[in-house]
Parts: sequence; C-alpha cells; structure tokens
Amino acid sequence: MKILYVDVSKCTGCRACEYACSFAHDGLFNPLNSRIHISEFLDDFVFVPAMCTQCEDAYCVKVCPTGALSKNEETGVVELDYNKCIGCKQCTIACPWGNIKLDVEAKRIIKCDYCGGGPECVKVCHASALQFVEVEDAVLDKQHRSAIYYKDIAQQGV
Amino acid sequence: MLKGGYVGRILRVNLSENKISVEDINEKWAEDFIGGRGYATRMLLDEIDPKIDPLSEENKIIIATGPLGSTYAPSSGRVMVITKGALNGAIACSNSGGHFGPELKRAGYDFLVIEGKAEKPVYLWIYKGKVEIRDASMLVGKNTKETDKILKRLTHPEAGTFQIGPAGEKLSLIANATFDGHRMAGRTGVGAVFGSKNLKAIAAKGNLSIAVADRERFAKAVYNARDMLSKDAFTGKGAAKYGTAVLVNVINGVGGLPSYNGHDAYFERAEKISGETLAKDNLVRAEGCDSCPIACGRVTEIRKGKYKGKKGVGPEYESIWALGAACGVDDLDAVVMAGYLCDDYGLDTISAGATVACAMDLYEAGYIPKDDVGFELRFGDADALVKAIELMGKQETEFGKLLAKGSYRLAEYYGHPEFSMSVKKQEFPAYDPRAIKGIGLEYATSNRGACHVRGYTIAAEVLGKMDKNTYEGKAKLTKTLQDLTAALDSTGICLFTTFAIAGKEISELFAAATGFECDESEFLKKGERIWNIERIFNIKAGFGRDDDRLPERMEKEPIKSGPSKGMVADLSGVLDEYYELRGWDKNGVPTKEKLQELGIEDLL
Ligand code: SF4
Ligand code: SF4
Repeated sequence: MKILYVDVSKCTGCRACEYACSFAHDGLFNPLNSRIHISEFLDDFVFVPAMCTQCEDAYCVKVCPTGALSKNEETGVVELDYNKCIGCKQCTIACPWGNIKLDVEAKRIIKCDYCGGGPECVKVCHASALQFVEVEDAVLDKQHRSAIYYKDIAQQGV
Repeated sequence: MLKGGYVGRILRVNLSENKISVEDINEKWAEDFIGGRGYATRMLLDEIDPKIDPLSEENKIIIATGPLGSTYAPSSGRVMVITKGALNGAIACSNSGGHFGPELKRAGYDFLVIEGKAEKPVYLWIYKGKVEIRDASMLVGKNTKETDKILKRLTHPEAGTFQIGPAGEKLSLIANATFDGHRMAGRTGVGAVFGSKNLKAIAAKGNLSIAVADRERFAKAVYNARDMLSKDAFTGKGAAKYGTAVLVNVINGVGGLPSYNGHDAYFERAEKISGETLAKDNLVRAEGCDSCPIACGRVTEIRKGKYKGKKGVGPEYESIWALGAACGVDDLDAVVMAGYLCDDYGLDTISAGATVACAMDLYEAGYIPKDDVGFELRFGDADALVKAIELMGKQETEFGKLLAKGSYRLAEYYGHPEFSMSVKKQEFPAYDPRAIKGIGLEYATSNRGACHVRGYTIAAEVLGKMDKNTYEGKAKLTKTLQDLTAALDSTGICLFTTFAIAGKEISELFAAATGFECDESEFLKKGERIWNIERIFNIKAGFGRDDDRLPERMEKEPIKSGPSKGMVADLSGVLDEYYELRGWDKNGVPTKEKLQELGIEDLL
C-alpha cells in the first residue's frame, strides 16, 4: 500500500505543495484550503509539512455521527462522502493533528484524499521532501538513512 | 473584467493624514504594463514629480506583487519595491523573494502605495483586507530578524512580514528592505525611503483565493516550466547544492571577478571563499522562496574561529564577492559574519562590501587618515572588514556615517570620487566589465544604476556560447535581456528561472493566468515599454547620456592578472549602437516614433 511520506529534513519551505493541493481540489490557489500545511520555524529554518496520515483506527471516523467518513480498505484512504456530511465539525476536533479541517469559508470539511492515487503535492515538490511510495520502501529508506548516521559515528570510533 | 492573476485592488496608505483608501486596478495598465515593476512604475510616474528629493515627504513607495504571485508558477512570489531611490534619485525597483508578496495579495491587494510621513515610527497590519496603522515604538532599533519575530507575535504567527533594520531607520543610503526577516530587496537604498517615512514594518495575512483565467492551460504551462527547471544543470542541481555562490569559481576562472576595489579581476585565493567551500564548511540547508523549486537560499552557520556558533542566511554570490574578493578578504567565516551583520542592520551587502573595499583603497592610497577610522583599514584584513561593517551599521562615528552613505559619497568626501566603483552612484556587482564586455554595457545603461539583474548577460557570455571578450552583438543582447527581464520581473517570477526558461514559457504562464493573450514577442514589447517608462522617469529626474558610463578605472586601468589580464572597457561605440537599437537619440532620449510605437507618446 502506498503512503504519502515526508522527509522533513529535505523541505525547503517553498509551499508549492500547498498551492498545488488547493488548486487540484478547488481550481483556486489558497494555502488555507490546502490539505497539506507547512509549519515554518524560521529561527531555525526548519519546515515541517503535515497532512492526513490516513489512520487505521481514525478518530475522525469514530466521531462522525453520520458515517460520512470511512476507511477505504483497498487504498488506505480515509474517505469523506459529502452526501452524508452534515458539517458538524466533530472530526476537526477529534483529529489529534489538525489534519482534517474546514475551508476558509468554514462551510466545508476538507481532507487529504491522496488525489485519487496521484498526489499533486508530490508532483511539485522538487526537493523530494514529499513522496508517494510503498509503505515498506518508505520504512527501508528511513532505516537506511539512520544506518548511515550510525555508520558515521562508528567510523569515528565512538 | 480581470479574469485571473490579479486580485484587482490597490491599497493606499497616507501616513501624514492617517488615511487609508482602496481603489480598483486599471485594466488597461495591467495589460500594457503587466503588474509588479511595470505597473508600479507607470503609477509612480503619474503620481510624483521625478525631481523631488527621494527622502522627502512627497516621495511614494509602491510595494507591488505580480499576476503570477500566490500561485504554483515556479519562483513566482517576488515582491518589488518601487520608489525614487535614495542612493541616486533614479527610478528604483528593488525586488525580493520570501512569502510577503503572496500574503499581501491574499490579504486583498496587488499593490500597496505608501504616501507621506508618519509623525512617529509606525507599522502596518493588513489582515484580510483591513488595515491598521500601529505604533512601532517597541520595534525601533531592533534588527531585521528580531523585528520579524516580534511582528509575528504582535499580529499572526504566519503573517508575511516586511521590515527595515537600524540602517534604514538611520537613513543609510544603502539600506535595504527586508522581507520575512531574511530576504532582501537589496539595492538602491529603498530601506532609507521607508525610514524617511517612519515606516518600520508591515505585516500581512490574508485568506483570499487566487484564480487564474484558464486552469488547464495554466497547469500545463506550470508543469512544463517546472520540468524544464528541474532538468537544467543550474536551476535543477547546482543552485540547490551550492546556491548562487557556485559562481565564485566559475567567474574567477574566466578572470571576471573584480577584486581589490577593481584593481584586478582575478582573486588568487577565490577557492577559499567559493560556493564549494561554503557548502563544505558552513551550509546547514537550502531554503526556497514562495513556490520556488530552485531553493537557492542558504541557511548557514559558523563552525569555527571567533564567530563560532553564529547562524543566519546567505551569503549569496554577490555578497561573498563584495565582502570577500572586493576587499581582498579570503576568510570565509569573516565574510559570512559580515554578511550576517549586513542582514541584521538591513544593509545592501553589495554596496556595503564595495564601500568597504573603496574605503580600504582610499586608506591604502593615503587619502583616509587612520584617526578617522580608528583602526588600520587595509585590503585583506578580515577583522577590519567586520569592524567597518559595524561602524556602517551603527553610524555612531563620523566615519561610520560616511560609510553608510555608500562608496560614491565616501570617495567624494575624501576628494577622489573616481575610487568609487559605481555607476549612477550605485556600486557595481561581482562581474568585471573589463573582462565581460556585455555586462559593462548593462551596468552603464541600467535604469537604477549599476546592476546585473536588469539584463543578466552573464548567462550568455560566461555560461553560454557568446564571446565575452567582444562588444559585438552585446548591444542587441543587452537590450533583449533588459526587455525580457522588465517583463518577467513584472509578472512576479524570479530572474533565476531564466537559466532554464525564457520568454516563451513565461509569456505562456502570464497569458494562461491573466487571459491577456500574449506571445513571446508581445511579451518582449511589454518589457520594452516598461524599460522606456523607466528611462522617461530618469530623464525627467535629470539623468542623461553622461550618466551612462563606467567608472574611469574600468576604462583606464588594465586588469592586472589572471585569464583576462590586460583588458580594459570601452563603451564608446557600443553605447551608440545600443541607443540606436533602442530607438533613442544620441543623448539617450527615446524618439517620438519609438514612444508612439510603444503607445506611450504622451509620457515624455
Ligand atoms: S513542496 Fe516540498 S519543499 Fe516545498 S514546502 Fe512542500 S514539502 Fe516543502
Ligand atoms: S495527496 Fe493530494 S490531497 Fe493529499 S495533501 Fe497531497 S495534494 Fe493534497
């Protein structure tokens, strides 16, 4: 199963992903309506992208009184059915990360849907901070990078 | 009806009268002058007398965004500051990246016009269309980074911010305008104009959505451009890895790196201050402006020596040159430190470094007495460099005040204006006009004073196929690049994109976003129109042919060493050729026919 994978150390803070996301979903550019959000820590020049991680046992799904939110077992995406959504906003409160949210008019719940399998945010991320990869590849990549880190320490003879 | 790209409104803040008003943008002007630099210059020409003193209450400042800003067009978040420049009184357009421009646009405005002068230091808070003029006493004297931080606390943690540092407050003629605490509209001393208006800072935050005229066409144009950018060796790889500083070795390698205040064009110890060394010793990570795939920004730290532990951004190629080679300094940590100080005070690193270089030159020639400075100010002395920048930023001594006025006033004060490596009183940057012929013409004719980013001939002359050693073809090259840059600056796209994309791609982005049909040649025509209104402003301000010239040293003193040894500059022939190509008379004044062709005959 593919997941949207973030490498925080690579993000340059350009926010093109935010533009791409809102444009793909609404045809307009508005970072506030993006399903991905970049937090800037300018003092340290660290940028942290955050988006829905499509939880297995999602709080937003649990609190939804109408069953508008549900987990698609095949794609792994927590899907939102606008026909059932009554806009009670319980899900926005339940999500521990703030990754399910309201659009700027506060009329509509919006959340990451992996763009149906070809994430727009990934396409514009030239820094490759965002990747849409098989889950095992993402994990291996991370293990490999931390191994390099330990290798360096080992070489220094600590 | 504007179809997309623009939000359609201009915010006007009169600081003398505490008056705030909003007007619609002129659609004809938007089509003719694009936005950003072009539109704002047209506005300024209409609203101020070009003869006024730049630091007087009558001067106005326009902060301008482009129609491509706040979209995912690559590197499109540039913001421009247009005013009558403090350094030389010519038309100033200084531009910067960061996130302020897009935020201003989403707050509801394509342009922000600042008029008059506040009684006491103030800052503006623009939030979802509403504007407040607020007391800035808590920000007075604060450096640019601190100001950004406090502003975000006072307004919104994710606000786009603008600020001047102590240099701008004290009206240093080489003060810059800083955005988001770390991105600078560096040149022409625009920071002093803000200072003269008692405007310390601006914060903006909006929630508007930006529409484009043709969504599918726009997406196609964006992905095409992004693709070309990522494939290009400079924009796709070199810049991200080494930043602009990758050029230090390249330009020095062809003997075009001015050193020792223009006594030479080759710096034998360039390797020590190169982008490669910077990447190895100081780089923490790359940082990108709004929507920018290139990410040339450098986050750096000093890891050894007396400045160990300091962190900041930069230096860019130009800064490394000005604070390094120009001063004969090869200690990269000191160069980085001097750059941080310039950023903190809000000083243009190019002018600041070149001014210290000029001071070192005057000192060694015996024209500046040691008592004036307080310490030895010799070429190559890294400590002296850092101390001089401090004097310049603090302006606590007479000499510090002189330094803060830039190299021309400094050299003039000591009786030797020819020691200033400047055109129209503005210091020229890191490419030697004796070694690289086209850039000399560009320095001489650039509307805002010596400048490399009005027509970056280096791309063709050093990185491309043109012969850098001849004036042949350079009039045409310079004109074309100046026109193209004027147009692309006006869209809000960054000049660096032109390593990979050109008029064709950018005009397509512009057309798709705005719905103003525009092919490459029409786009260049718009650029030419913009170039001519800038020229008209300057002519009305009193500039003419005599001002389109290089410092004497470039014509008389041959390069001492390196691959371009022996070369001098001589613009006499190529300047005439350039005027003719431009459709200007012998004095550099646009002819009636030219202005008619461009549809701006009523302006001169
Ligand atoms: S596009 Fe990539 S580099 Fe840019 S902000 Fe998003 S995650 Fe970071
Ligand atoms: S995958 Fe699509 S919906 Fe999710 S954050 Fe990226 S662009 Fe937005």
